Amino acid sequence: MSLRIVVTVKYVPDATGDRHFADDLTVDRDDVDGLLSELDEYAVEQALRIAENSDDDVEVTVLTVGPEDAKDALRKALSMGADKAIHVEDEDLHGTDAIGTSLVLAKAIEKAGYDLVISGMASTDGSMGVVPALLAERLGVPQVTLLSEVSVEDGVVKGRRDGDTASEQLQASLPAVVSVTDQSGEARYPSFKGIMAAKKKPVTSWDLSDLDIEADEVGLENAYTKVESAAERPARTAGTIVKDEGEGGKQLAEFLASQKFI
Amino acid sequence: MAEVLVYVDHVGGVVRKPALELLTLARRIGDPVAVALGEGAADTAGTLAEHGAVKILTHDAAEYAEYLVVPKVDALQAAVEQVSPAAVLVSSSAEGKEIAARLALRIGSGIITDAVDLQASDEGPVATQSVFAASYTTTSRVTKGVPVITVKPNSAAVEQAPAAGAVEALNVTFSEQATGTKITSRTPRESTGRPELTEAAIVVSGGRGVGGAENFALIESLADSLGAAVGASRAAVDAGWYPHTQQVGQTGKTVSPQLYIAAGISGAIQHRAGMQTSKTIVAINKDPEAPIFDLVDYGVVGDLFEVVPQLTEEIKARKG
Ligand SMILES: Cc1cc2nc3c(=O)[nH]c(=O)nc-3n(C[C@H](O)[C@H](O)[C@H](O)COP(=O)(O)OP(=O)(O)OC[C@H]3O[C@@H](n4cnc5c(N)ncnc54)[C@H](O)[C@@H]3O)c2cc1C
Ligand SMILES: Nc1ncnc2c1ncn2[C@@H]1O[C@H](COP(=O)(O)O)[C@@H](O)[C@H]1O
Repeated sequence: MSLRIVVTVKYVPDATGDRHFADDLTVDRDDVDGLLSELDEYAVEQALRIAENSDDDVEVTVLTVGPEDAKDALRKALSMGADKAIHVEDEDLHGTDAIGTSLVLAKAIEKAGYDLVISGMASTDGSMGVVPALLAERLGVPQVTLLSEVSVEDGVVKGRRDGDTASEQLQASLPAVVSVTDQSGEARYPSFKGIMAAKKKPVTSWDLSDLDIEADEVGLENAYTKVESAAERPARTAGTIVKDEGEGGKQLAEFLASQKFI
Repeated sequence: MAEVLVYVDHVGGVVRKPALELLTLARRIGDPVAVALGEGAADTAGTLAEHGAVKILTHDAAEYAEYLVVPKVDALQAAVEQVSPAAVLVSSSAEGKEIAARLALRIGSGIITDAVDLQASDEGPVATQSVFAASYTTTSRVTKGVPVITVKPNSAAVEQAPAAGAVEALNVTFSEQATGTKITSRTPRESTGRPELTEAAIVVSGGRGVGGAENFALIESLADSLGAAVGASRAAVDAGWYPHTQQVGQTGKTVSPQLYIAAGISGAIQHRAGMQTSKTIVAINKDPEAPIFDLVDYGVVGDLFEVVPQLTEEIKARKG
């Protein structure tokens, strides 16, 4: 048997950089270095572990929708150990929202062929955490999301989802869409060998016409939501900072009392 | 007046606080119609009516507890078809966002997640969001379909606003996808007796500086002296000192309390993402250069093992 895993990975601006909005109120991707979203490394990691633990023939494809530079994210995933990559790139994609992105991803996943889709829990820039659910809805397959533990055996995916009020064990038949949290297991670092091997792995490029998507189904103009304003949060006014010389706790209590917290 | 659907998060009929906050926001846009599903759904009616629900649509079936997310989407879609609302509001829990997203796709609507405020306008509700680790504030609108908006806890006050609150049964036919993902077992989270992290007025968090699981007792005592919830940084959670459910930050919970106290936490961007909108911020850290001090209203440079116990004692003494 064979198992085809597609891992969706996003190329995002570095969260530790100074992130801004561009004039059209989309995320400015020019000023800040981009990278593979750290939360998607966990998705790649779980795909590789499933492959390593399986007797089946497993093929791991990483898929991104993003600008030219998004190839960096694919390279990173390939150097971790994924087998091949797909890059969906098209000028008309600029400014596409979650609904549109999920359309493009779903079409690409179907074209690539899949048994299992693995996504991150959320992207580190938009961090909506909705794309995996949208993919399951579009593909018409079970959604097995926000797993901190995942396993695949005999065409069934199982996992643990730690929710607000309970921890749940989930189970679904393949094909399915899974998303994994940062509790699922530390992601590996690419080895030197992995980095060299990645240079030779195939990266397929598709544009909208390859996916039979019309320009008016995606992009900023056709988004389902509109950002009307973006303002930098005013810097917090500098607070009082005291050095503890034996009375620090009491001074803090005095402050809390002055603010009516005690 | 237009009706606004409010999805009610409840546990066995006990309405969770974020759902009541949604009713406050819904009343700015129209008449709130609540949707409560699953076991105890009808028991929510009294509370919901007191807080402004003109109508409560309820439905109970085993599917809601036995299968993930989709049965709730089916029900909410049925409610949208029955009511033709001006907007649909859901609270921004992990599950809430997934329900909202799938609903939006089905009804051809746009979705906004994690709103921290909501105002009516001629062109529909305008949502305020806090993005890039809360360094930017944006306003957005849904431009297609019935706006579906998820709202973070603590974004509005709970208000009494008695309304009719007539209970009506909702007619739900489950889709083929509804039974796709089976919940084979469920272990409820043990109650700590402390307030819910995302709902608490005061949160006291500990980080790597706390130095060990056993030392979290110090953080808990301080929290208890203030009636606060306890949070933790990812470093403390990854070390196994405190449960992940209590993690504050990008991959944990977002909190926005009246008072946030950080002890032994450096203030990394991913931690700030989860607490930066707190009203008053206080930190105790032995490193005067720790980035957390850029955020504080009051900071103590010192050893938390000295400062925290003294603070706890002083609070207890003052409270008598
Ligand atoms: C994708 C991603 C997601 C993440 N999500 C989160 C998240 O949700 N939440 C989160 O918190 N982090 C998150 N992180 C991790 C984050 O980057 C930091 O590593 C983490 O917040 C550090 O935790 P800390 O402040 O407790 O530890 P440190 O950064 O190690 O800081 C410990 C602090 O304690 C002080 N200290 C030590 N001893 C004492 C003492 N005796 N008294 C007083 N002070 C003392 C030190 O001076 C130091 O400032 C994420 C990272 C990534 C990449
Ligand atoms: N442009 C994209 N390309 C590939 N995968 C994406 C993209 N956007 C989102 N995803 C996937 O969906 C997950 C959740 O993203 P989001 O809903 O944007 O927070 C991410 O962790 C990715 O796995």
